[in-house]
Amino acid sequence: MQIKEFLKKLSEASGVSGYEAGVRELVREEFSQYADQIRIDTMGNLIALKRGEATQAPRRSIMLAGHMDEIGLLVTKLEKGFVRFSTVGGFDLRVLPGQEVIVHGRRDLPGIIATRPPHVLSPEEREQTMPLDKLFIDVGLPEEELAQLVRVGDVITLQRQFTELAGNLVAGKAFDDRAAVACIAYCLQHLATMKHSWDVYAVATVQEEVGLKGALTSTFGLMPDIGVAIDVCHGNMLGVPEVDTVNVGGGPAIAFGPNIHPLLYARLVETAKAFEISYQPDPTPGPSGTDAWAMQVTREGLPTALVSIPLRYMHTTVETLSLKDVERAGRLLALFIASLDEAFAQALGLKSE
Amino acid sequence: MKELIKELTEAYGPSGNEDAVRETIKRHIAGHVSEMRVDALGNLIALKKGQPQSGIEPRKIMLAAHMDEIGVIVSQIDEKGFLRFAPVGGVNPLTLLGSRVIFADGMIGVIGRERPEKPDEFPKIEKMFIDVGAPDKEHLTRKVGDMAAFLRPLADLGQRLTAKAFDDRIGCAILVQTAQELETTPHDVYFVFTVQEEVGLRGALTSAFGVEPDVAIAVDITTTGDTPEAYPMAVSLGAGPAIKVKDRGMLAHPGVKNWMAETAERLGLPYQFEVLEAGTTDAMAIQTSRAGVAAGVLSIPTRYAHTPSEMVDYNDVQNAVKLLVGLLSGPVKI
Amino acid sequence: MLLLKELSEACGVSGNEGTVRQVILDAIRDRVDEYRTDALGNLIALKKGNGKTTRKVMIAAHMDEVGLMIMHIEKEGSLRFHPVGGIDDRVLLAKKVLIGENKVPGVIGAKPVHLLEPKAREQVVKFKEMSIDIGVSSKEEAERLVKVGDYAVFDVPFVELGGALRTVKGKAFDDRAGCAVLIELLQDRYPVDLYAAFTVQEEVGLRGARVAAYSIAPHLAFALEGTICDDLPKKGDTSPTTVLGKGPAITIMDRSVIADRRLVELLIDTAEKNGIPYQFKQPALGGTDAGAIHLSREGVPSAVVAVPSRYIHSPTSLLSLNDLENTVQLMRQTLARVNDLDLTR
Repeated sequence: MQIKEFLKKLSEASGVSGYEAGVRELVREEFSQYADQIRIDTMGNLIALKRGEATQAPRRSIMLAGHMDEIGLLVTKLEKGFVRFSTVGGFDLRVLPGQEVIVHGRRDLPGIIATRPPHVLSPEEREQTMPLDKLFIDVGLPEEELAQLVRVGDVITLQRQFTELAGNLVAGKAFDDRAAVACIAYCLQHLATMKHSWDVYAVATVQEEVGLKGALTSTFGLMPDIGVAIDVCHGNMLGVPEVDTVNVGGGPAIAFGPNIHPLLYARLVETAKAFEISYQPDPTPGPSGTDAWAMQVTREGLPTALVSIPLRYMHTTVETLSLKDVERAGRLLALFIASLDEAFAQALGLKSE
Repeated sequence: MKELIKELTEAYGPSGNEDAVRETIKRHIAGHVSEMRVDALGNLIALKKGQPQSGIEPRKIMLAAHMDEIGVIVSQIDEKGFLRFAPVGGVNPLTLLGSRVIFADGMIGVIGRERPEKPDEFPKIEKMFIDVGAPDKEHLTRKVGDMAAFLRPLADLGQRLTAKAFDDRIGCAILVQTAQELETTPHDVYFVFTVQEEVGLRGALTSAFGVEPDVAIAVDITTTGDTPEAYPMAVSLGAGPAIKVKDRGMLAHPGVKNWMAETAERLGLPYQFEVLEAGTTDAMAIQTSRAGVAAGVLSIPTRYAHTPSEMVDYNDVQNAVKLLVGLLSGPVKI
Repeated sequence: MLLLKELSEACGVSGNEGTVRQVILDAIRDRVDEYRTDALGNLIALKKGNGKTTRKVMIAAHMDEVGLMIMHIEKEGSLRFHPVGGIDDRVLLAKKVLIGENKVPGVIGAKPVHLLEPKAREQVVKFKEMSIDIGVSSKEEAERLVKVGDYAVFDVPFVELGGALRTVKGKAFDDRAGCAVLIELLQDRYPVDLYAAFTVQEEVGLRGARVAAYSIAPHLAFALEGTICDDLPKKGDTSPTTVLGKGPAITIMDRSVIADRRLVELLIDTAEKNGIPYQFKQPALGGTDAGAIHLSREGVPSAVVAVPSRYIHSPTSLLSLNDLENTVQLMRQTLARVNDLDLTR
């Protein structure tokens, strides 16, 4: 598997929160090459199990979570041949005017988020951002035809081609968090050539962008011994203070704080140092805003960790990251998993069976 | 059904104090269900056991409607006996001016307001108070912590009805009526009347954990886009019950949404799809219970939501009952 | 109250409660029948009932305090930080802190008044504009003493102020006061199985209580807190949040929970029968572990009892030892009766 090719496929697929089927198939195809078992749960999470080699039963397990949903839009009303919409997930509305989209009606309809040309706007109007109820999508169809093809509730995805930039950097939509899904696939590929005692549940979760819902329910169903979420974090950008970012190309960010079990953090850092994988500490003083936050407090709780891929321009269609960071994160996770043994379980205080 | 609706909307039941509503519902639903219980937080859980029908896979279905309404809670009492208060649930300060409220023991109060600093200042709850007409503090029987609900009788406008607390007594009424009209079903149907939805979907969270349903449908209100300069929304009063696609808190399970729409079409019932910009329902809490539940919402279009004069269309209400009976009588197709 | 001093001075910001847990464990080890530490770090101890009871009562007090985390070290050695839990930016300027395992001292600097324009003095300084000075002049020197990710607490020693209310001042009375009460309660045995949960991470979202309640699965619960005591003179004020010296505060409703009416009535009745002063916490303010506990599994009837503490979530708080002891008394007498409380509906 090539990270770049897989990420491109994932990025260009449609899978808005709650409607992830389009991207789930791609993930299933890829994960099934390394997994012993795959299933889909009630909410739509894709759960792949790669068994470990330990002889005790039940075997210890680790769950990796990367979310496959993306932010998107939804049709709320048809008005005079134009489409009104609502947002699914967190949007800065300012990136929308002029954005190309696909309205998934009876068939896929390319469209544009309409803007009025600068010539007809007053200087004051141009100073203001456009609120949601003033935005429309134009698919270029007359009213009657539109009504035949599109209805309230149809999903809309943002359109953007995957782009290769210089130096192993790539840009596209939905790298949050499909980069993590690609990373997990890469990790599984590595694990296939290594020995590991613990069972690995690789979960492509749903609806993270609207409340970590897939992580909550999949973790409840699996109750792994430990959980590691893989997500993206803010990469260095012009105009953003250094304290708020990590370096794109500087390696995966490993989080530390209340959401993270200190022993998991220590083991991840130890592994990175031992195998000379560049990494960056990621101090996280409160909610991590990722699946790890939900996993940690499921049922009686479990030790959790978070590994993030540095990403610029998050939640836009030009999210930018370094493929090297994805690769490093995948390798780090594989080596970490291979290091898990019963002694570590004891150190974590996990119940003996 | 109008009598039932009147009785339910006029009952006293701010979040955490739903006893009177629960007793009313119990009376109407007993005899139409196999068993009833009340759980730790006060949710009423009534089960209509399924009767096996060949060819139909029996499922565990949970229907939820919340018994609580928004209200106010006494937070301070001043030397003269005026009561300062805080909101219980999402209370719009504008709806308080000139309103009457009623306490659990039937005492009535009116809401007054300090003179505003600026004439066009937006009314703030901190500058309002409740006056129960006590001559002084010594003769006052109210205490800090007492809760009051809005006082407003239901008015029958013919095809439309207006009352306080259609959110969500109309959902409760629909569930009761459905339990009465549904003669047999292949499924185990749990009619769950929840508490404390308005303060955080709390009853739904705990009742769902206990019931462990396969499928859940919450019945609650939604707003409409058909009044002057309303927020653009494709839902109108009288165009049929609404099938929710999304609201601020959750995305309906597409399978449940489609099953509801297909059933409505098969039965020739009007319906509309709904996307609600602000607000959510019990279904949000039920959906992420345990390992996940396929959840949807049947919404009753309601104008002037969260005011003492909410308005619904009686045909929408009756069609909602027909749709639910239709759904529960056949196979679950999600 | 020697134990309150030790508890108050121990460092335990949300996510790093180990030191506090150790202090508590040392105090209760010989008083309880069993104890364990769970995946998030909660300390859960069981004191079995003295009768034939099967009723499980959970009492929670949280070990964590609000504090800071070091986020970044500037080239010239000053430290950027972020609050852990809710801290008002305005209490941070010109305070002393202790950083990391080694308690490295630092100060949160503030621009001298001489150098400020009058207008600037009216603006709130946001924490992002502040930094901690540990006395070094380069990043390399700083890295020998502290690291990114280190936790910092306010440097506030515990002092007894005395007076009729027997006031004490110190940091983190929210919720070391609650912990102190719970430790006292564990001296006795009650007619119910008492699960004392010293929880973690309350300040960042009631996290510890949530998982502790799930694993204990109690029949009913109490949360013990050090609560808002906002009795400063204010315009138009008749009943502030709580008043220092007026006794334990009983919650009717806050932002996280509507207390179970039967438990509230039991508390009031117990206070009156035993001549214990009590007050009601002003409704609709704040949140506690009870918010998470009462929503666990199929629901748990819960109540909150708190020691009024002035200035919580700022470096130095104040409470009355009379209130603390009355809180212990109220809970002790309530626990003696709670087995007989009818919880059927």
